[in-house]
Amino acid sequence: MNRLFRKSLYACCLALLIGLSGAWLQPAEARTSFKVGYIGPLTGGNSSIGLGARNAAELAIMEHNINPEAKYYFELVSLDDECKPNIGVQAATKMAADKNILGAVTHYCSAVALGTVDVYHRFGLPVIVYGAVHPDITYAHNYPEVLRIIGTLINQNQVSSKFMLSQGYKRFAVISDTTDYGKSHKEFFTKYISEGGGEILAEFGVTADQQDFTVELTKIKSLNPEVVYFAGLYPQGVRVRAQMEKLGVNAQFQGVSGVKSDAFITGLGPELAEGCLSFLEGSPLEKLPKGEEFMRAYTARGFKNAPDTMAPFAYVAMTQILEAVEKVGPDRKKIARNLRAIQGEDTLIGKVSYDDHGQNSEPYVSKYVVQDGKWLVWEDSDYASGKRSLKK
Amino acid sequence: MDLLLQYCLNGLMLGMMYALVAVGFTLFFGVLDVIVFSHGDTVMIGSFAGLATYWWLHSTYPGLPAGWAVLLVLLAAAATVALLGIIVADAMIVPLRKGPALNTLLATMMLGTVLRESIRLFFPDGSNPQTFPALLPGWSWRGGNLILRFDNLVLFCGGALIIFLVHMIINRTRLGMAIRAVAQDEEAARIMGVNFRFVVLATFALGSAVAAFAGVMNGMYYSEINFSVGLLLGAIGFSAAVIGGLGNIYGAILGGFIFAFLQTIGAVAIPFASAYKDVFAFGAVILIMAWRPTGLIAEPSSQRV
Repeated sequence: MNRLFRKSLYACCLALLIGLSGAWLQPAEARTSFKVGYIGPLTGGNSSIGLGARNAAELAIMEHNINPEAKYYFELVSLDDECKPNIGVQAATKMAADKNILGAVTHYCSAVALGTVDVYHRFGLPVIVYGAVHPDITYAHNYPEVLRIIGTLINQNQVSSKFMLSQGYKRFAVISDTTDYGKSHKEFFTKYISEGGGEILAEFGVTADQQDFTVELTKIKSLNPEVVYFAGLYPQGVRVRAQMEKLGVNAQFQGVSGVKSDAFITGLGPELAEGCLSFLEGSPLEKLPKGEEFMRAYTARGFKNAPDTMAPFAYVAMTQILEAVEKVGPDRKKIARNLRAIQGEDTLIGKVSYDDHGQNSEPYVSKYVVQDGKWLVWEDSDYASGKRSLKK
Repeated sequence: MDLLLQYCLNGLMLGMMYALVAVGFTLFFGVLDVIVFSHGDTVMIGSFAGLATYWWLHSTYPGLPAGWAVLLVLLAAAATVALLGIIVADAMIVPLRKGPALNTLLATMMLGTVLRESIRLFFPDGSNPQTFPALLPGWSWRGGNLILRFDNLVLFCGGALIIFLVHMIINRTRLGMAIRAVAQDEEAARIMGVNFRFVVLATFALGSAVAAFAGVMNGMYYSEINFSVGLLLGAIGFSAAVIGGLGNIYGAILGGFIFAFLQTIGAVAIPFASAYKDVFAFGAVILIMAWRPTGLIAEPSSQRV
């Protein structure tokens, strides 16, 4: 009995020793392969944007990996948040808890990002939010790990309300989805419109999976607004615009950044989409010096999904993370600090500077209008030159 | 006044769509005592089958008159979805009958996810909303805030016609008699020489074909379809069937219109919270269920509570 006990004690000690030495040796071992993460909507109604951004992040990694001067080799771990906060928090926890993952590019949907930033902070995983625009994602706290490359919707609504008022519109009806994204768009838009002298005739909250808008639009029609402002994502934007036509609501359709997707136009067809407005942070790809190069590289990789609007942001964010790892090594804290220090960097999407909350403070917002089945920058469109006119 | 009429028209269209979905739920329950949760997604498959048929017709016979196009789209969608219904019934629902009813419930729920994700993954650009072509002329009559569209009128009458046809099949044909017999007492029907398997498959084909019509109608009404439309539509159709009285076709129709009415009332009457119209409608469903556990029009022979 005693011998058996002693034997098992030895065995335990040996096992412990092996385990410890393994853990001890790990950091000392020169490993050249690291993991970085991506979380976004890969299934569900917003997957076309999520997949495009995932591919762009992957492209950044591929380009890095074939660079002979790079010290490290990276692998992408990509998880799906389905644009649902509960799924997003699970994915974020899974990713942040994996110590081999050094940084991540995350989230298109604000509702998800708002829920996950605490998780990243708790686990100390540096992330750059690429597509969610709710102000609180960066401004409600000051987590050193959380950065955001896209502008907030505050700037977006400042620009959009000013633009609409300058076009002579005064009477607005507002439909917003009841997620944090839709709600805070509504909040800032109505604020700036009222301050600018416009009138909000009615506000309607709608659920994020609503199919039928006929009741809301019937009411809106009786109020006879000049503009229907829709704060939500493109799958619903398509439905609102299509049903406006069915009910004979003859007002200008104004969307937010969540509507600016090519899928909005294919979902509606070019005739119905014609003249619809949207606003988006950053400059359009084709206006950027490196935009064409990015498109060529993206196409050359043979990705199945088109690079939707958020792809360039995800690409730049991933590139920044990889560069930070190259500079400071595999240390999450140092990586976060290094990312925060980025000031005035020239990137694919224009200049990037992170402020004291990790928010990119170069808030350029572009105005878009659909013309002949394409989103055009307002300034280049026939609408700006006066050849065509918006609905009055 | 014209505003009120417009609300009513919208509600009627919505109600017709819900009724068509609810009829399927109630048919399947009547015959097999099963809840087929994938039925909402069957509707979605119907609309995508219709769209694919239209694309094919449009590229092969560009000059086809619209009337023929509508008919062919409907027939193809109904045939595809009826076939799907037969396969699902034969391969999944009949064999699972020997196990607990919960298994069928779970299996059909999963089937719904499979159908939904298959469209998203394998239909070209399936993750995005798709334009559904306007197959009917867009004539409309306007008066004040009221807009009466010809295509909506056709769709509504078409829906009513389909319901009438289902009624005739159930009540006036030998097949209908067999369906009713199986619904009443499966064993006795078998003893009397009713081909049980055939009746079950025929019922699934019928219910699914009606769903296909609802899908195409949904597409034409909204001019847009997407892969996730079946999820909520299924929940609503099921609720409608339950408040009407599961197993009773007229109950399902009534339930469909009641649900649409509740949703419309919810959005009109609580203007500060139009987002809660579904909460309101489903809450009302719970109340109706508490008041009439067997549904508004319960089956006379019903033992199910």
